[in-house]
Amino acid sequence: MPGALSSFRICDFTGQLAGAGATKWLASFGAEIIRIEDPVREGRWDILRGTPPFIDDRRGIDLGGAFNNHNTDKLGITLNLRDEKAKEILAELVRVSDVVSENFAKGVLERWGFGYEQLKAIKPDIVYVSNCGFGHVGPYSDFRTWGPIVQAVSGLTFSSGLPGLEPAGWGYSFMDHTGAYYMAMAIMLALLHRQKTGEGQWVDLACSESALTLHGPALLDWTINANPMRREGSPHSNRNQWPPMAPHGIYPTLGNDEWVAIACRNESDWDALCSVIQRPWLTDKAFATHEDRLNQQDALDQHLSGWTKDQTKYEIETALQNVRVPVAAVLTPEERIDRDPATGSFGLWPTVQHREMGEVRVDGQPVHFSKTDWEMTHGAPCLSEHTMDVLTRVLGYSEEEVTQLTAEGVI
Amino acid sequence: MTALSGLRVVELANERIAFTGKLMADMGADVILVEPPGGDPSRSYPPFLDNKPGPDRSLYWWHYHTSKRAIALDLDDLEGAKTFQKLMATTDVLIEAEPRDRLSNLQLDYPTLSEIKRDLIHLAVTTHGRDDPRSDLPATDLTIMATSGPPWSCGYDDHSLPPIRGPLQGYQTAAHFAYMSALTALLYRGVSGEGQFIDVSMTAASNVSTEAATYSWLVAQKTVQRQTGRHASVSPSGETQQLCADGRYANTGVPPRFPHEFKALYDWLKSLGLDQQLPEAVFLEMGAEWQGPFDLSLIGQDDAITAIFGAGRAALQLIASSVSAQDFFLGCQQAGLAAGAVNSPEEAFEDEHFKARGFHVPVRHEDIDRTITYPGAPYRFEKTPWSIYRRAPKLGEHTAEVLAELDP
Repeated sequence: MPGALSSFRICDFTGQLAGAGATKWLASFGAEIIRIEDPVREGRWDILRGTPPFIDDRRGIDLGGAFNNHNTDKLGITLNLRDEKAKEILAELVRVSDVVSENFAKGVLERWGFGYEQLKAIKPDIVYVSNCGFGHVGPYSDFRTWGPIVQAVSGLTFSSGLPGLEPAGWGYSFMDHTGAYYMAMAIMLALLHRQKTGEGQWVDLACSESALTLHGPALLDWTINANPMRREGSPHSNRNQWPPMAPHGIYPTLGNDEWVAIACRNESDWDALCSVIQRPWLTDKAFATHEDRLNQQDALDQHLSGWTKDQTKYEIETALQNVRVPVAAVLTPEERIDRDPATGSFGLWPTVQHREMGEVRVDGQPVHFSKTDWEMTHGAPCLSEHTMDVLTRVLGYSEEEVTQLTAEGVI
Repeated sequence: MTALSGLRVVELANERIAFTGKLMADMGADVILVEPPGGDPSRSYPPFLDNKPGPDRSLYWWHYHTSKRAIALDLDDLEGAKTFQKLMATTDVLIEAEPRDRLSNLQLDYPTLSEIKRDLIHLAVTTHGRDDPRSDLPATDLTIMATSGPPWSCGYDDHSLPPIRGPLQGYQTAAHFAYMSALTALLYRGVSGEGQFIDVSMTAASNVSTEAATYSWLVAQKTVQRQTGRHASVSPSGETQQLCADGRYANTGVPPRFPHEFKALYDWLKSLGLDQQLPEAVFLEMGAEWQGPFDLSLIGQDDAITAIFGAGRAALQLIASSVSAQDFFLGCQQAGLAAGAVNSPEEAFEDEHFKARGFHVPVRHEDIDRTITYPGAPYRFEKTPWSIYRRAPKLGEHTAEVLAELDP
């Protein structure tokens, strides 16, 4: 079965998650992703190549679990771009590619002689998507970032936390995931434009700018009403502002570090919650209307926590689901991956075959297409795993020539 | 010509997919929002224009519905359903987040609609996917995130405090996947002429967007634990958030790892006159003069390397506590260190970098005779720029216009 994107070839310099996550999406729908790495540094620019988690006691640049997760079904080749012959090979590859993608610091490709102007000279309709923290244009374009820095400067770290405490932020690189999604969108939008017009283009993606768009109406509340998020009692990010709900939060349950999320959107949710809880405080006049409850959220949360703490999160989840109140147990990784039958039956954790690691489960895609669904079968490429295949099959070199280029340190 | 011009997208109004429609509309698609005659409930969500509630004053609505047209249509009514079928004959992409049986009960499901429009792309967004009955249970952004991973990893070192949700992101992560799916299907339609049905699960979207929490379990059956302001981790890691002299926080990022970074940090410390306050400063000097690369695996084992890296962290903490968060950010970046100020959204919005990139976008609201500044583009396209084409529509604002287009 042809993949939805199997007519596209990507000359891919991306790494880490913010870049590799983008081409992972494209690969899972059949695009041919040719990942280019530096043989001299053994691809270590992508720090995930040799870092934990590991499947067993073995260590090495082909064994990083995160690298495998983000690079499924890609081809991996090496080119030593300090060498002129390697540059010629890269130019040949660009000539037969639809897209060049990268998430280096600004200026790296230019230094190698493959900036956008040079790429266009090689392939006039090339789509070039660059992705870095602050983008290639603007006063901070030379600054360096990682996911947590992007989240800090863009307001996402601040928006996640409790009043009076320092920001809780994100316990992972949310913007590496999400930056990768915007990069995938950018690549596909530019390809759609090219499909219609024959024109290529450059997309300058700045992860911090994509992040800034994710505050929703908070920025209009600032530009129109001058209401800042940095104010007394704010943020209180488990509570909901738009629309306001009460009670609305994450509450302790029986057990160690066990929690449940509960949300009452309106009077009928509240009535349904009351029918399950049946405690005297529910009839307190202070909690009579939705408006009252919004004004008394601290007191409400205290009472509700008193009720939740003596039951398991699953007991509460079942009881409130039965009366149709929005509720969810806060799940641990093990619970959502191996004990929630739904994620398994959705096919969310496919097993791929990695040359060195063998069978490993990875993040799948949260969608299903009726005709051209995604597929993940191969793990991430080991360093230079597909150099011979790509140079012979795609670029027409003979095996002897590839062997010679390897001996010369070109590839 | 824009990336999505010439495409018609129909969005059945629902707060869960509003962002997907906005992303497509701002790239030039003709997005037609179909609302029941009473209007979508999110038209009344705060915040409000000038802090006053009222019709057409919801900034929530304004934000999520830029560049769209809106028609009012009662799908439960026979005439309304017929009009909808007529509209679908001209539609490229349908996005909906209806209860699972609703469209089949109305005989407006994919098998019927794809008879009307052979190459239709139909995106159905549910909380747990089309095959899971839990998709018909009530859910909010918070409950969707709780069940699918993010809060487990977010919060404080003190685990008596609840796990934390970053607001809106459960909905928005799902919206990103719906959009990516639409673009993927459109590219395939471009080469094959075929449409298809796409099942998008909101909980699955967050489930695959939690980085090490998921793959530490998948690969090594290890569980990460949340920590204040930094990555949840299987083993506890050092703090990265630092209170600055102006009461704001900074993220100290990755401490120096190379001799030139130690030199830049030491020079900065001296220029602030703080070197005398840091007994470990001598180790910064040692780091600056180190020959060859550091073997990071020796941190904790080799006394010199341990002292040098400890001094790097200590120097960053001392500087952060002596300057403002913004000065800390700029100083670190000038020294080549990836660090950042923890900005509030409005502080980020007012930052000169984003202003210089054109992130402040004026949008005319002719009905109230005001020009409003909106947040700008998530990406910069050279030839097919993102744009806000019009303010969010009023209820049924384009009903007559769209119906006239269907019956010319």
